[in-house]
Amino acid sequence: MAEIQLKGISKSFDDNKVIKSLDLSIANGEFITVLGPSGCGKSTLLRIIAGLESQSSGDVIIDGREVNNVRASERDLAMVFQSYALYPHLSVQQNLMVPLKLRRLSRLERFPLLNWFLPKRSSKMIELNEKVLQAAETLQITHLMERKPGQLSGGQQQRVAVGRAMVREPVAFLMDEPLSNLDAALRVHMRAEISELHRKLKTTFVYVTHDQAEALTMSDRMAVMMDGEILQHDTPSEIYNNPVNLQVAEFIGSPKINVLPAESDSKGGITCMGLPISLSMKTPKQGSIMLGFRPEHTELLSSNSNNCFEGKITYKENLGSDIYLHVNLKEDQHKMIVRSEPDKALDAKIGDMVKIGWMVDKVMAFERNGQSLPTKSKS
Amino acid sequence: MKQRTKLGSEAGKHIVLIVGALVVILPFYLMISFSFKSPSEIQSISGGFFGAQEMMTDHRCLKAGRSEVECTMLPIVYNYRAAFEEAPLLRYLLNGVIVTLSIFAIQVLIALPCAYALAKLKFWGRDVVFGLVIFCLLIPVHAIALPLYLMLAKFGLTNTFAALVIPWTISVFGIFLMRQFFKTIPDDLINAARMDGMSEFSIVWKVMLPSAIPALLAFAIFSVVAHWNDYYWPRIVITGDRDLMTPPLGLRMFKSDMDGNEYGPMMAAATVIVAPLVVAFLLAQRRFIEGITLTGMK
Ligand SMILES: Nc1ncnc2c1ncn2[C@@H]1O[C@H](COP(=O)(O)OP(=O)(O)O)[C@@H](O)[C@H]1O
Ligand SMILES: [Mg+2]
Repeated sequence: MAEIQLKGISKSFDDNKVIKSLDLSIANGEFITVLGPSGCGKSTLLRIIAGLESQSSGDVIIDGREVNNVRASERDLAMVFQSYALYPHLSVQQNLMVPLKLRRLSRLERFPLLNWFLPKRSSKMIELNEKVLQAAETLQITHLMERKPGQLSGGQQQRVAVGRAMVREPVAFLMDEPLSNLDAALRVHMRAEISELHRKLKTTFVYVTHDQAEALTMSDRMAVMMDGEILQHDTPSEIYNNPVNLQVAEFIGSPKINVLPAESDSKGGITCMGLPISLSMKTPKQGSIMLGFRPEHTELLSSNSNNCFEGKITYKENLGSDIYLHVNLKEDQHKMIVRSEPDKALDAKIGDMVKIGWMVDKVMAFERNGQSLPTKSKS
Repeated sequence: MKQRTKLGSEAGKHIVLIVGALVVILPFYLMISFSFKSPSEIQSISGGFFGAQEMMTDHRCLKAGRSEVECTMLPIVYNYRAAFEEAPLLRYLLNGVIVTLSIFAIQVLIALPCAYALAKLKFWGRDVVFGLVIFCLLIPVHAIALPLYLMLAKFGLTNTFAALVIPWTISVFGIFLMRQFFKTIPDDLINAARMDGMSEFSIVWKVMLPSAIPALLAFAIFSVVAHWNDYYWPRIVITGDRDLMTPPLGLRMFKSDMDGNEYGPMMAAATVIVAPLVVAFLLAQRRFIEGITLTGMK
């Protein structure tokens, strides 16, 4: 178990500034997810923590010890790679054995041929085999032990990769998009398994992904990363409900949050495209702002409602449990996605005019520059 | 109509290939065929591939004062016996094996770490070093033969195995080939090995080498064939001492030892010298294909 702290980490590749002065502190035994779009520097960050890449500036501190100049192999972290990176020429059993042998056996005991004459080696080997078998049992891969990685499915390779990280009982696990090469059903299944593993091992997990579903379901806390910066670091529900800015709000949530222009008056009242929203700003300021309505916080209203958005359906997505309607609002050509119960929208057709309402306490307000604005709903 | 033009072009391709194959195979065919035949059959170009294999008498054997019965034998036996008796063929073959294998082993020992560094490690001046490697690829051996010879002579190494081996131990071609192959091995695999606690040297031998077997086999074929068949360099550094001669050099000696028209024994000697390569090739070809299909990394 370990506490990991990053202080002012930055990293440039030539002129390309990939990570910009990043701070992050990860508590002991925590499952933290770093969520961000492809290319935002997540893998680079993980490699810096692991010691596989050196930062341009800043400190990596593991359990209070600054490890900037400590080699990857001596940081006692384990990493699961996106491509699994199993040794292709070794069997599963041997793959799991490699990290153990390298750590538990002395140089002499690893020396070919000579090692047969060392008395303690065989008892050590029995112990290591035992550990490998244990890990294999936990991950249910005992029946695959003799196979080569090339003969395994993606999901099985993934398990072996986790196993290889597990056997040596590292102080923390680093996982770089470990599920992104699996098919959808298996991904959901492995999500649960990795969470389970974390509960069992109680070790620190740093999990990197671009998939918000993974981040939201698995983590204790998540860090939203964009363009080499961490925008928000908080619990999944806090990030979902109170994003610090529009970028985060737009990145978290699927389908994407609907953003509409609005005006605030000097008393803090808000009108959106002519409609009064019963919401007011905590610190009133006159000017133009933006409002965010998550699709799941909007609803179809009956045709005789008033004080609601009105628009024409352009597209209908039926997911079975929900129906998403894409609506072109009458005013200003703005688009909106509305979630609806299946039975309410079943006979809605493309081209129909619909009325849309919203849950006031879920509406978010943002400044023009994207910064979140605190609001309260008028009772 | 379309069918026919297609058939025609197929036939055309095959004709070209067959002619090409014939041109390449013909000398080999003659070599093997001559090694079976009696001198008179070789002179008159008769007897097909295998010759009539009529009993013949070895004149030199008679001159040596042995009995008629002892000196009468099949032409094929005569040819191969002469080959092994007149020249230390086995010694030549053994020398060939020692030299080519030492060269290849040391080349691998040097080229793999170099290729790994050039492909996967970041260090100041890496691109310049790689540029130098490419540059060295362009230098013909013959251009540096004289300085090399002088250097070896200064160290008193002429007429030793070392003279045959040392100049070839650093193979820029090997470095280049392996570097290109290592480039295709994912960084993650190396990073995983580092996380597991492997040193950079262990990575070279335990991760890169097993993944690079196909490329290594390709390199082995180039290296072994080139140095097994090399006549030029042994001719320069080995002067006189027959115990150090490699097969091509030995063959040349053999030719000047025998009377000019003893083609049968000469071709038998040539066949013996070529045989190991051909066999090795046939074996390697199989492994080569296996090697390519077995690389597990996807
Ligand atoms: N070794 C490298 N050399 C140069 N640029 C790199 C290197 N590794 C990553 N980058 C760049 O850094 C950026 C972030 O990469 P990465 O950390 O892999 O992103 P992510 O994992 O979030 O998709 C990318 O623009 C990538 O091109
Ligand atoms: Mg990545």
